[in-house]
This record gives sequence, structure tokens and C-alpha cells, in this order.
Amino acid sequence: MVWLAIFFLAPIFKLVSTSTQTQGVNIGEYVQSYRFANFIDAFTSAAPQFFRSFIYAGLATLFALMIAYPLAYAIAFKSGKWKNTLLVLVVAPFFTSFLLRTIAWEQILGEQGLVIKTLRLLHILGPTGHLTATPFAVVAGLTYNFLPFMTLPLYASLDRIDPRTLEASGDLYANGFTTFRKVTFPLSLPGVVAGTLLTFIPAAGDYVNAELLGNPQTRMIGNVIEARYLRIVDYPGAAALSFILMATILVLVLVYIRKMGTDEVV
Amino acid sequence: MTKASRWLSKNLIRIYAVLGFTYLFIPVVYTIVFSFNDSGKSNLVWRGFTFKNWANPCGAADVCNALGNSLKIGFLSTLVATILGTLIAFAIGRYAFKGHGLVNSLIFLPMATPEIVMGSSLLTMFVSFGINPGFWTIVIAHIMFCISFIVVAVKARIASLDPRLEQAAMDLYADERETFRKITFPLVAPGIAGAALLAFSLSFDDFIITNFNSGSVNTFPKFVYISAQRGLPAQANVIGATMFIVAIVLVLTAQFVGNRRKTTA
Repeated sequence: MVWLAIFFLAPIFKLVSTSTQTQGVNIGEYVQSYRFANFIDAFTSAAPQFFRSFIYAGLATLFALMIAYPLAYAIAFKSGKWKNTLLVLVVAPFFTSFLLRTIAWEQILGEQGLVIKTLRLLHILGPTGHLTATPFAVVAGLTYNFLPFMTLPLYASLDRIDPRTLEASGDLYANGFTTFRKVTFPLSLPGVVAGTLLTFIPAAGDYVNAELLGNPQTRMIGNVIEARYLRIVDYPGAAALSFILMATILVLVLVYIRKMGTDEVV
Repeated sequence: MTKASRWLSKNLIRIYAVLGFTYLFIPVVYTIVFSFNDSGKSNLVWRGFTFKNWANPCGAADVCNALGNSLKIGFLSTLVATILGTLIAFAIGRYAFKGHGLVNSLIFLPMATPEIVMGSSLLTMFVSFGINPGFWTIVIAHIMFCISFIVVAVKARIASLDPRLEQAAMDLYADERETFRKITFPLVAPGIAGAALLAFSLSFDDFIITNFNSGSVNTFPKFVYISAQRGLPAQANVIGATMFIVAIVLVLTAQFVGNRRKTTA
């Protein structure tokens, strides 16, 4: 517990305090001056990337939900004795490094890959058309990387549903679609909430996908923070951005949980 | 409805699931296939089948050093995080104390914080204390984010225990320590093992937090990220593929053992 207090809370406080510092006499030296304008400077300089992050993360979450829900549904209700094997398969891609998988996508969709050659041959894509270095590739990468985070909580909540409730709904003359809309989906809501959060939060702060699959026009807030910290060494600016990101996500999460009316996130 | 369309609507969800799994596995298959590529300088185009990379996994500069660091960091942080996390889970799961809710939200917060915020705030702290980022700062950071996942997993396991089992042990004149040692702990142990496995894979695969707090120390994900800019050596694919196979074998063995136990019991 103390560990968490020291190595989680302390850094956050440090982050907040750094965010109001200004450049000292020497490069890399910062003085506390409670300059809250840092927040405004940082935000205005990175606003496009900031909004882009939330749009990309939102899209990726939506796509992941659309892909993962049927997948989780199939595993929970249609897989029979294969259930455990399929669950292992969902987690299995995790075991090759996510960077290797992202790079694999980069190469599969890249200029020398088969996909792009096929698409050009079929004239679906012009001779100068790209797949990588596009917003499409970044969102697809985000969707892909966080798909298991979406699938597992969905599966957990779907699996808990008593099949008899579905039978009961059928007995009451509901057709398949109505049963899903009125019974299955509402009962799986905790899983939807947990899954979307587990996808959205890391996706919003990610910079690896944007770096490997994107172009300078698809940079996300994570790229900006990373560059300011590790390349430009503008700690206060980067700290301010980090803090804005964290605060925004926390507010969004709280509003979202309140709206969905569930506390069972963990 | 025609026969074909009826079949389609009946199996739509299955077809969809197969497509979903295909999407999940395309990059994994690609990584494994290209670990056998007779690559020259870059591993982008297929140049023919070879076992060369598998025979010489350390062939690329620094790759095994990075891998070694990742394994060491993974073991150390898993060990510490598992011990601390299990203790916290028992404290939260079993005892009512002041600040219960606060502790719960403190556990949850790191999971709701984007990695980049955690990584950058840790770096800010280390730098302001004059600590140079390196091996131990990575270990500290990894322990920090692993604890939360372990607490959540172990807590769930504790909550699912039947309290009557412990009561029965007490009725049979076992004292508290004996009950814990002979009943509670063995029942929670599989949960702890699973959580530790999860922590190890999180630590091993972490890039963002590591990149902020590693200084000049190389880890496997960092190696992959850096070398991706000038062409990833096939040895990285070999290591990725090996990790995949080892993990699958581990999980399947665990399941097999679990099933055997269930049937013999």
C-alpha cells in the first residue's frame, strides 16, 4: 500500500507541481513559479492532437466493441466444449510483444506488402494510394491492440447470464432480436462499460500506433508528450499536458459511469 | 427462406467469430512466418526459408542483452508485486478498516491512468530527486502498475471462496493460522499464480512506461521499437515467436493439470 502511495501518488503530485514551473537559468533546470499559464500554453499548442486523440480512441473503442461483442457472444453461448480453448486464443496474441504485432501490421499493409500490391492490381487503390501512414491505419492499429481488453470483460458478463432468462424471454414470444435488445444486452452492460473503459483509456494515451502506422498529420497527444519529455526536454509543458490528459479522462470516465448507472467497474 | 440463407443466418455469429480470430492472429502468424525468412539487412520481403535465425537467436546486436534485461525486470517486479499485491488483497478482502474505500480507489486509479501519464510523472519524480533512470527505476515502475492488477485478480478469488470451508476448519479445531495455511491459502493459490503470470506478461510487454524510465538500459520492447526505424532483424521475430509458444504451452499445461485434478477429485 505504501508502495503505491509513494510511487503512484507522489509522482502525480510532482507532475502537478512541475507543470507550473518555468525554465530556470540553466537548460533542464526548472524553478517553481506557480505559472498556471503553462496549462493554457500547453493546451493551445497541442489542441489538435488532443482532440484527435479522443476521436481516434473513441472510434477504436467503437470498432473494438463491434468486433468483440459477437466474438464474446459466440464464445459464451455457441462454443460448447471449445470455450476454454477459444478464451486462450483471445489472450494468445498478447504473448508476442505488442510492438512486434504493430510492426507486423505496418509491414503487412506497408509499401512492400502483399495487400497493397493486390489492391493496386485490382485498381481499388490508385498507384499512389497508401494504407499505412493514414488515420485509417492508426485507428485500425488501436482497435487491434486493445481488442482483447474489450473481449474479456464482455465475455465475463455474457457468461454470467443464466440461459434460462433467455429461454423465458423466448417463451414470452420475444423473437431473437427482441430478446437480445431487451434481455441479453442490458444484462451485459457491466461488461460493455468495463470493456470500453479498458480500451478507451489506454488508447487515448497511446503513441506507438500513431508513430508506427501514422504520419505527422495523425499525431496524437501521446506523441506530443513523449517528444516534449524525451526529445525537447520541456518538462513543465509536458507535465501540464499529461495532467490535462489525465484530468480529462477522469472526468469523462466519471460522467460515463454515472450515466451508465453502474459501479461495478472492477 | 432458402436453405443457404437459413444456414447463413444460423451460423452468422460463428462466421463472425472466425473472422474476428483471423484478425487477431494475422500479425502473429506473420511474425512467426518471417522468423524463418532468409533476410538480408531488412526483414521486409520474403527471401526464402531458413533455420538460420532460429539457430542463432542472439545474432543481432544487443538483442539478447535486451531480452535478458526484460526477463530480469519481469521476474523481479512480478515477485515483489505478487507478494505486496496479495497482502493488500487479503487486507481489503478480509478486514474492514478505516479508509477502505480510499484504498480501493487508490488501487483502481493506476489502471484508469493512461500509461503515458504514469510514465511521465514517474520520470519527473526520479529526475527531481536526482535519481538517474536505469534498471531499478524500471523495476520500481513495473512493480507499481503490476500491483493493481494482482490486487484485483486475487481479491476476486478471495471473494469467490465459500466462507463455510473456513468455518468448517475452525469447527474441526484448527486455529486461525492453521486454517489459513491448510485451507485459505491453497484455495487462493491458483488465483495468485494466474495474477503473477499476468503481471509478468504486462511487465515483459510494457513499452511506454519503460521508455520513459529506462535511461540507457535496453529492454526487449525498447529494442524492437528502436530497431523498427531502420529495419527489424529476424531475431526479434524468433524471440517473439518463442515467447508465444512458451506461453501457449504453459497455459495449456495449466489447463490440462486443472482438468486432471477436477476429474480425479
